[in-house]
Amino acid sequence: MKKEQLLDLYHQMVLIRRVEERGAELYQAGKIGGFMHLYIGQEAVSTGLIAAREPRDRVITAYRDHGVALNCGLSADSVMAELLGKATGTSKGKGGSMHMADTEKNMWGGHAIVGGHLPIAAGFAVGDQYAKNDNVTICMFGDGATNIGYFHEALNLAKTWGLRVLWVCENNQYGMGTAVKRASAVDEIRQKAEGYGMKNAEVDGMDVMKVYEASKAAIDYVRREGQPYLLEINTYRFRGHSMGDPERYRKSEEVKKWQESDPIGIFNKYLLEKKIATRKALDEIEARVEEEVAKAVEFAETSPEPALSELFADIYADN
Amino acid sequence: MTKITMREAISQALMEEMDRDPAVFIMGEEVGVWGGTYAVTKGFFDKYGADRVKDTPIAENAIIGGAIGAAMVGQRPIAELMTINFAFSAMDYIVNQAAKLRYMFGGQFMLPLVIRAVGGGGRQLGATHSQTPDAIFAHFPGLKVVSPGTPEDAKGLLKSAIRSNDPILFIEHATMYQVRGEVPDGEYLIPIGKSKVQRPGKDLTIVTYCKGLELSMKAADELAKEGIEAEIVDLRTLRPLDMEPVLESFKKTNRAIVVEEGWKSYGVGSEIVSRIYEEAFDYVDAPIIRVAQKEVPLPYNRTLEQAALPQVHDIVAAAKEVLK
Repeated sequence: MKKEQLLDLYHQMVLIRRVEERGAELYQAGKIGGFMHLYIGQEAVSTGLIAAREPRDRVITAYRDHGVALNCGLSADSVMAELLGKATGTSKGKGGSMHMADTEKNMWGGHAIVGGHLPIAAGFAVGDQYAKNDNVTICMFGDGATNIGYFHEALNLAKTWGLRVLWVCENNQYGMGTAVKRASAVDEIRQKAEGYGMKNAEVDGMDVMKVYEASKAAIDYVRREGQPYLLEINTYRFRGHSMGDPERYRKSEEVKKWQESDPIGIFNKYLLEKKIATRKALDEIEARVEEEVAKAVEFAETSPEPALSELFADIYADN
Repeated sequence: MTKITMREAISQALMEEMDRDPAVFIMGEEVGVWGGTYAVTKGFFDKYGADRVKDTPIAENAIIGGAIGAAMVGQRPIAELMTINFAFSAMDYIVNQAAKLRYMFGGQFMLPLVIRAVGGGGRQLGATHSQTPDAIFAHFPGLKVVSPGTPEDAKGLLKSAIRSNDPILFIEHATMYQVRGEVPDGEYLIPIGKSKVQRPGKDLTIVTYCKGLELSMKAADELAKEGIEAEIVDLRTLRPLDMEPVLESFKKTNRAIVVEEGWKSYGVGSEIVSRIYEEAFDYVDAPIIRVAQKEVPLPYNRTLEQAALPQVHDIVAAAKEVLK
């Protein structure tokens, strides 16, 4: 990757972190409603993964979607506006934190039913196979989603029909408060692909460069072979499952230990050690992010509420 | 006009639309090599090939979820559920995904999707394979629910459904594939969301659809022998519900019964009766009666099964009761 691209990745990771930190404050101030699941700690996963896609490749993910949206090129303004339920949000204020999408950026949504979007991702690939193109669908989901039937139906169909789907399990070690070992028959999620004769790999999700390399190889394979692939990316969320999680299921020492592997810190160090960027250049990126986020909050707060007439809009495409 | 069976009508609609639009394809269990468990897609596999007539694993979530995904990226899939009873396996995809994805993302997605499903009792298939759960699906905004009662309507409505840009559940009845009826020659479409008077009359209104239409037409013949002229309004689409012809008829007859095959409680009839009371209360001359399935899981034994299902004589009795 070129220097500019690497600095762009750093920018994206810091942007996700700051957007969510500000989001958490706005949530606590009562300006954001519903559920909100923060991506903090997992930034290297979608940043490295989505950097490896072609613009024509589709991305679909679960409800922890703010970071994925930003990586796909949705603006911080529209993400923040959706969090505040405004008309200018990614889904016109009708989706909220868990439902951000922009089909023009090939971001096909955060989806809130655990595992529910996996068969839909397979369907994207059915559509692309039918259209005889070689687009890849990148479907992200948590470790918890691999225990529900949807996962297995989707993987079976993908392998049976030769669908171009990259299945990406973001293993952040817990499905809500239940550790992987307590819910899954196998500790290594990637093993589940073996049962479907599907190629698979595992990668350290705290290192954006490793994620990028593994994702690139996986996407190339899927496109070239016309076969699905499962990539397990091991990571950790530094915050609770959602806002207001009492976190009784894990010890603070465990969280602290993982925080020593902060993906932004690791990448910062990499860029400095490899002399790709100076401390000053990285400080400038961080300062720019502060401005962007301040602007996004301002944009969201001053944006209009959806008109009441929107209540009945877009239920159907045909009248 | 030509006389054809319900099976032929549905088959013709599918074939005409597949010929017309290359984005249309079929996916489901045994739709291809087998030819469809009710033989609706017999010959399709040979004509269109495996790309357009896709045999799926027995995996309802993958079938409906997959069809939703393909629709979102621009294809026009027709997903077949071997029976509507299997829709419960795919419930999340029908009510939580298909019905909501467009709205929830601010209108970004379009879901030109048809789910064909065979429902109904009367074939001694036991409780899990004999249900008429139409009302459940009609409960959800975002979904359209169509259930025709004649070959003419089946063909015209299915063609409209395939051309529609919204997710549509198209419910057929397992005992009606051999029902014969006249259909117009050449291409025609019937709009979704329009009820229709299938038989004119002046003494009472029978509101019904699908299997209920077949039974009600027979009941109307019986009633006519006794000089009672029943007007039959066929809903054809359960959501969006077109009450205009129902209310128009009721304002003329002032008496009505509602006939459906599903269970009475929380059913289609409950909705129709409420709407009449809400919108035409001043015209009510007698309490409206619901004729529906008995509140039991449908038994296998033929006598018991028929005792649970609404019959022509139940409709005749209800009509006489409402005219008292």
